[in-house]
Amino acid sequence: MNQLTELKPLTKKDFESDQDVRWCPGCGDYALLAQMQKLLPTLGIPRENFAFISGIGCSSRFPYYMETYGMHSIHGRAPAIASGLKLARPELSVWVVSGDGDSLAIGGNHFIHAMRRNIGLKIILLNNRIYGLTKGQYSPTSEFGKKTKTTPHGSIDRPFSPISVALGAGATFVARTIDSDLQHLQQTLKRAAEHPGTAFVEVLQNCIVFNDGAYDDISGKQTRADARILLEQGKPLRFGKDGSKGIRMRGFEPEVVTVGENGITEADLLVHDEAAANGGLAFFLSQFAAPLPVPMGVFRAVEAPSYDELNAELAADARAKKGDGTLERLFNSGDTWVVN
Amino acid sequence: MDTRTLVVEDATIRTPRMSQPRPVEEIRSVVIRFVGDSGDGMQLTGNEFSKSIARAGHDFATHPDYPSEIRAPTGTLFGVSGYQIQFSSGQVFTSGDAPDVLVAMNPAALKTNLPDLKHGGIIIANSGAFTDGNLQKAGYQTSPLEDGSLADFRLYAIDIAEFTTQALQHTGLSRKEVGRCKNYYALGLMLCLYGRPLESEEEDIRAKFAKNPDIAEANVIALRAGHAYAESAEMFVSTYQVRAADITPGTYRSLTGNHAAALGFVAASELAKVPLFLGSYPITPATDILHELSGLKHYNVTTFQAEDEIAGICSAIGAAYGGVLGLTTTSGPGMALKTEALGLAVMLELPLVITNVQRGGPSTGLPTKVEQSDLLQAVYGRNGECPIPVIAARSPADCFDCAIEAFRIAVKYMTPVIFLSDGGIGNATEPWRIPDPASLPPLEVNFRTNPDGFQPYARDEHLARAWVRPGTPGMEHRVGGLEKDFLTGNISHDPNNHQRMVEVRAAKVAGVAQDIPPLTVEGPLSGDLLIVGWGSTYGSIVQAREQAELAGKSVAHVHLRHLNPLPDDLGEILSRYKTVLVPELNLGQLSRLLRERYLRDVVVMSKVQGKMFKVSEIRDRILELC
Repeated sequence: MNQLTELKPLTKKDFESDQDVRWCPGCGDYALLAQMQKLLPTLGIPRENFAFISGIGCSSRFPYYMETYGMHSIHGRAPAIASGLKLARPELSVWVVSGDGDSLAIGGNHFIHAMRRNIGLKIILLNNRIYGLTKGQYSPTSEFGKKTKTTPHGSIDRPFSPISVALGAGATFVARTIDSDLQHLQQTLKRAAEHPGTAFVEVLQNCIVFNDGAYDDISGKQTRADARILLEQGKPLRFGKDGSKGIRMRGFEPEVVTVGENGITEADLLVHDEAAANGGLAFFLSQFAAPLPVPMGVFRAVEAPSYDELNAELAADARAKKGDGTLERLFNSGDTWVVN
Repeated sequence: MDTRTLVVEDATIRTPRMSQPRPVEEIRSVVIRFVGDSGDGMQLTGNEFSKSIARAGHDFATHPDYPSEIRAPTGTLFGVSGYQIQFSSGQVFTSGDAPDVLVAMNPAALKTNLPDLKHGGIIIANSGAFTDGNLQKAGYQTSPLEDGSLADFRLYAIDIAEFTTQALQHTGLSRKEVGRCKNYYALGLMLCLYGRPLESEEEDIRAKFAKNPDIAEANVIALRAGHAYAESAEMFVSTYQVRAADITPGTYRSLTGNHAAALGFVAASELAKVPLFLGSYPITPATDILHELSGLKHYNVTTFQAEDEIAGICSAIGAAYGGVLGLTTTSGPGMALKTEALGLAVMLELPLVITNVQRGGPSTGLPTKVEQSDLLQAVYGRNGECPIPVIAARSPADCFDCAIEAFRIAVKYMTPVIFLSDGGIGNATEPWRIPDPASLPPLEVNFRTNPDGFQPYARDEHLARAWVRPGTPGMEHRVGGLEKDFLTGNISHDPNNHQRMVEVRAAKVAGVAQDIPPLTVEGPLSGDLLIVGWGSTYGSIVQAREQAELAGKSVAHVHLRHLNPLPDDLGEILSRYKTVLVPELNLGQLSRLLRERYLRDVVVMSKVQGKMFKVSEIRDRILELC
């Protein structure tokens, strides 16, 4: 059985479970599911070594549809469960699929600690800027002033950027992509899969029922060239229909300029560096919001020792110094005395 | 006992005269309490004293009693920290009701502890600390060492601080460093009083301060000075000798309940040949288990200090899904935070052990004090029909056995198990006879690897589903908190399936009762009075029953380790007695469980003062009832 599995190359179909997918027709979650099922067979990892862990929310149904090991757990706790699984079994490829409410509201604490620890988890956050499963309340990423069932007069709750939070918590890989750009989604997931530590990917995702059109500007054919900017390693930040626009620094503020006008050349533009030792540039970009173009791609990708590797090293060191522990030694350590 | 008051002026004993050999008074057991400021090192002194007592072959039990402030302002009543030990020539079950000897390092310590001292007991007071300022802080108008108010006790006022300073005057240490040595002076005094040699203690000091030989030598000098003082001063009219106890031969060590639990968890892991994973968040009084296991990286042990209590249990659930022994440790408020995840573990049917070292509640309550008030929470405290086996340890050493038992149930029945300890036994010590690892019962774990006909929620004869490690080919499956199909584990909203699943989870946990060995009844097998206890009240009940029996009373005692499910034979045992007395450190939680299960009334004996039962309290209640 085992040998046969190894001989036969895996396909997308091998990663489709027998469960009917029950997201609303047109939901952005379908795009992630399809791209994930397409990506995993290409990674050279046996199917049985994948585990998908989720919390609660529409996106958290994800594991049921993957023919891998998986757990649909409780609200916000997926990163904590995944951390335990990865520490217990470092050889597994452990993925977390979550949403903006799950990761940033109820699970905010686990989210930031998963980012800083760098245990080698792959964390996908489907951000639709709304609570879908409870039918339409605002989330930590909903716009200021947004009217929802719980904010009939407009939200007075200031949103934050998942990318900024992840960077602030010290994540070593941080990227953003969007459900409607399948190629970019695929590329970004692949980069995340290949990152040696914890990788975080925000997927901008449309909720067709409760927040339809949230990303129309970024995904619309007519508008997207001006509304988003592609982050490419070592390249100047250019966007617009013919790539004529660019981002220039004015002090610590970004400025949209047109290359070729007023003597501006490409050399004046800010150049992206995802591997910069200092995370300042990535954080600066993470704060971009309309009317600035929304950055898409890898904000930051740096290598740092991962917790699971360090943990294994500590254990190996302890064994080298003290030898393998035995119960005999454990029981008889400390002060003992004999009663005859 | 001699009740003369003996106040010795400091000046007269600076140069103690050698005395005639003193009479040796033989006593059966003795209770000593060391009390001082939180910063005086009383826990250390007490610990060292108990180690020495252990080496002499005595049975003993200790009880550290410390405030929740790490270092409260010096000299204050609320900053007093204490350590009590009882040792005996017979078996010891508790740290003792009332001290025979009180070693008080300052007025506040004397004031807060004097009411507990036995009539005619001995007070050894550090007279140098009885300054006007300290007396005022303790609320004394005049010095109790001089105003005759201690006439009912045997008072030895010794300027421990000054004598320590004198002994160390040539060491070149600073005032502050010298000040820190005075607890060893006090220890030396006490070791002499109870006829204990200094050699092994000196070795301990040198090992403990190996990195700082100057401090080590200073402490040794202070220890010897205290010992010499007690030996030569005429103030000690006799020394006290407690004969070695008649103890089962073997090699022993002294363990706290938390330490014993940690060893038990490692033993479970080794016996099962499955690694152990502890996910935990620091909380008093449970943290020592995390401390102990964190130092055992050369075993198959991984510890993870999580970001909060919820992540503590969730990481352990993730590890259990990964095929290792998942463990989380906590205390009351942390247990409350873990509640939702406990429900998930019940739904997932994964083995997991949750250790609750109970403390006074509710809310933050009394973090450093003992209470047994989380029993109903353990048995019932979750949303939905959410059964979990619950066991409780009766003594520090019993925590070792309970830790193994908890994992045995967890892996056999694929269920989370709650293991209740408490602040009373978690930090208290008693001798533990070191077992031969080969003599420990095996702990069988079988991971399913055969994919033929695999259904994630198919059950064996114990209603347990199979444990499958991710990484096993052909057995990929999903689990989750939504109700599962009876066989496939897929999401099911079918009404009949839910009924069936709720019932099968209940039946599985109820079935754990078949593994519970027959209960042991101490005393008559039927009669007027049966005491039913659980957890750390064991020692007090055993001694109270013995005393009542000596007084001619017929009284039986049964002590429960398994609290959910209750042992099958308990109902029949209850029916053999006219009255059932249930002493508990809560308002009657086991009593409720017994009434509910067996439809018979019981007499509640309740105490919620952050303290163990005194033997006399239970004995007196017995005498009232029969």
